[in-house]
Amino acid sequence: MRGAKSAKWVTGAIIVALAATACGGGKSDGGSDAKGTVDPNGIFTTDLGEPEKLLYTGDTMESNGAGVMKAIYSNLVAYKADGSLEMVNAESLTTTDSKTWTVKLKPGWTFHDGTPVTSKSYVDAWNWNAHIDNAMGLSSWFSDIVGYDKVHPEAEGAKATAKTLAGLKVVDDNSFTIELTKAVPYFGHKLAYTPFAPLAASFYANPKAAAEKPVGNGPYKFKSWDHKKQIEIVRFDGYKGPNKAKNGGVIFKNYTTLETAYEDLKSGNLDVIRQIGPKDLPVYHQDLGNRAVDADHAAIQSIAVAFYADQWKKPKPVDVRVIQGLSMAIDRATITKTVLQGTREPATGWVPKGILGYQENAAGDVTKFDPAKAKELIKAGGGVPGNKIFIQFNADGGHKEWVDAVCNSITQATSVACVGDSKTDFQADLTARKSKQVKSLYRSAWSLDYPVNSNFIKDLFHTSAAGNQGDFSVKELDAKIEAADSAATLDQSVKQYQAVEKELVKYMPSIPLWYYKVNAGYSEKVSGVTYGQDGDPILDTVEVKK
Amino acid sequence: MGRYVARRLLQMIPVFLGTTLLIFLMVHSLPGDPVLAMFGDKGADPATLAAKRHELGLDKPTWQQYLFYMRDMLLHLDFGTQIRNGLPVTDVLGDAFPITLQLATLAFAIELIFGIGLGVIGGLRAGRLADNLILIFTLLIISIPVFVLGFIIKMVFAFNLGWIDPNVSTQPEWGELIAPAIVLGFLSLAYVARLTRTSMAENLRADYMRTAVAKGLPRRRVIGVHLMRNSMIPVITFLGTDIGALMGGAIVTESIFNIKGVGGVIAESISRREGATLVGLVTILVIVYLVTSLLIDLLYAVLDPRIRYA
Repeated sequence: MRGAKSAKWVTGAIIVALAATACGGGKSDGGSDAKGTVDPNGIFTTDLGEPEKLLYTGDTMESNGAGVMKAIYSNLVAYKADGSLEMVNAESLTTTDSKTWTVKLKPGWTFHDGTPVTSKSYVDAWNWNAHIDNAMGLSSWFSDIVGYDKVHPEAEGAKATAKTLAGLKVVDDNSFTIELTKAVPYFGHKLAYTPFAPLAASFYANPKAAAEKPVGNGPYKFKSWDHKKQIEIVRFDGYKGPNKAKNGGVIFKNYTTLETAYEDLKSGNLDVIRQIGPKDLPVYHQDLGNRAVDADHAAIQSIAVAFYADQWKKPKPVDVRVIQGLSMAIDRATITKTVLQGTREPATGWVPKGILGYQENAAGDVTKFDPAKAKELIKAGGGVPGNKIFIQFNADGGHKEWVDAVCNSITQATSVACVGDSKTDFQADLTARKSKQVKSLYRSAWSLDYPVNSNFIKDLFHTSAAGNQGDFSVKELDAKIEAADSAATLDQSVKQYQAVEKELVKYMPSIPLWYYKVNAGYSEKVSGVTYGQDGDPILDTVEVKK
Repeated sequence: MGRYVARRLLQMIPVFLGTTLLIFLMVHSLPGDPVLAMFGDKGADPATLAAKRHELGLDKPTWQQYLFYMRDMLLHLDFGTQIRNGLPVTDVLGDAFPITLQLATLAFAIELIFGIGLGVIGGLRAGRLADNLILIFTLLIISIPVFVLGFIIKMVFAFNLGWIDPNVSTQPEWGELIAPAIVLGFLSLAYVARLTRTSMAENLRADYMRTAVAKGLPRRRVIGVHLMRNSMIPVITFLGTDIGALMGGAIVTESIFNIKGVGGVIAESISRREGATLVGLVTILVIVYLVTSLLIDLLYAVLDPRIRYA
């Protein structure tokens, strides 16, 4: 009987173990698939990773969250494919000196919960996003506005001394004014970014709950968020903006890899894909035919110089010709075609296409592959100290292949030894950059915040810019950037920045490599799929077939 | 017997505390700052970083963080919140575990049924054609890496034959999970088959088997009770430890079939330095391991009457 008694104990333990577990199943059904005409209420699917954070307008700084937010919220303005502005929620945005801006709203707009969108919706939202206690990642976007240093002191541990931005004044329900600390000619373009969206009054009662299910004023209403699985949004019928949705809604499906998403696209379980994975790049044109998409994406990959590194600083600061030489030793055309399979386009400057102020061939000869000239320049500049360079990159971002290719190209052309300095992941890479431990060069990518060239120049190369992690600092350049920043009109500012871009060749703060491209596609069920310069599909114009 | 179980359960406490502390310290000693990484390439000012650290309690010393964490976990079953998105870790785990359990159960059933089945056939016909075929088959499985098997299965059944969808949907039914479960369970299946086969082939020649046959017991009873019970001990040991591995180590299978389970959460938590999530996950997996190893030890006594626990 011994065995039987033991068995009782075992069953007892098993029951305990099973009680702790419960499994569920169940599945909902999709719509019917009859071919032909456009269904104005049709819902389509697109791939999107899990947003990294909850959906706060002031904290959504990565592309997954932004993809949803752009559909839920409409800002005062938006930008077109060439980088110029169009009015959305604003009827007009006027300024005489680029310092005081007057906003007039289109009347009659409502949030998804039916409450009206007024100037207070904007002003309160901006005050909330800017306040230090709310620790929003994008709060620095309000730093142009008078009173920012009071609500968001920069020093660690400092307390706010004001609750609201003094520069924001509500005139009446449909107009308000913004006063900036100094002239910012491209401030209007900044207003297209998510932190400047309005928030419904219900937000402030429970911000966390509201960020879990945002109530916006955009073309789509937020419906549900099944974390790590999918997000569903539906058309907002009361929408009054110019970009009213031509479909019934969107389901954002979460995929762990680009490859699995592409498989689902091929088998009809996914309608619009945001990016094709490396494995499928050679075949997607063949697979999708005219449903394959290649578009420009306003982002740039470059190799930045860590000017604080001993290699470049001791015994004397590096001669710019050395960096120019290294740049000319990189065969961009071949690497983008082979290793990167046509997903990038060789850079000819520091500002990519689709950005206001983009100029062709801004960097001149420096981005052209010329081994003889490269050798000559490096020699004239006194050679690379130690005759060896390191390019730091993160191993988890698929960069190793091209870093190796760039290194080979440099070594072959100039016989300077070049090694990829791999950090285990992006976090380790970032920490090394912030704590100034980069040995000589590091990978640096930049994607647009707003489509004006200042974003690619001031925010990377001004001495005090957050994106300037290599301690690049040239006084005359800072002065020129500041002058361009305080130009009277947007046009002048863009022109002055164009001049600054041309001058960067003389300092080489970074070696531009290539611009990003969107390689994507869509299924037979949808049409009218286009991609914006931020690389995301434009949702409202997509039409779903019956 | 009761005392033995009680003692084993008490032993779990120091193991539990030790493992959680180790994991906690390991996550903290990884290079990289989770708060800094929240702001990506573009960075944030020191005030925002400090406010964020304070909000998350990351400005306190590590030992204090660990104590608070353990207190909340033990007293309120609260595993804290994720650094990146502020979601409660309990919700994250609650989302990931059901599907992983479903998958692990299915994979476990497959390896149990087919593994032992093949093993019994091989063991009873040791040295003959069927045995050799099974040995070749299992060798083949062992030598194919999981992701290769995954892609082959997808290629054949999803793209060429069109019998299944290439990926598991967001609310999967059991049927959709068969393909990933096969991929996940196949390797262990091969081990189970080989273990069973060897153990049975050996025990066939044991004295008690000869006695049982000499007593004139029916063949079904000789094999089903006398032989099987004794041959199962190594197999059960393997199966027990495999449950934990199926749950925590399915990361490759999960990413091939786009399943949002525990494996993916572990990988993501490591890369984002989500200490709380990782410790919570590992705690649950440790408990699974501890409980299954207890069950196995108790099962020994059921299978082999010579083993007793006072």
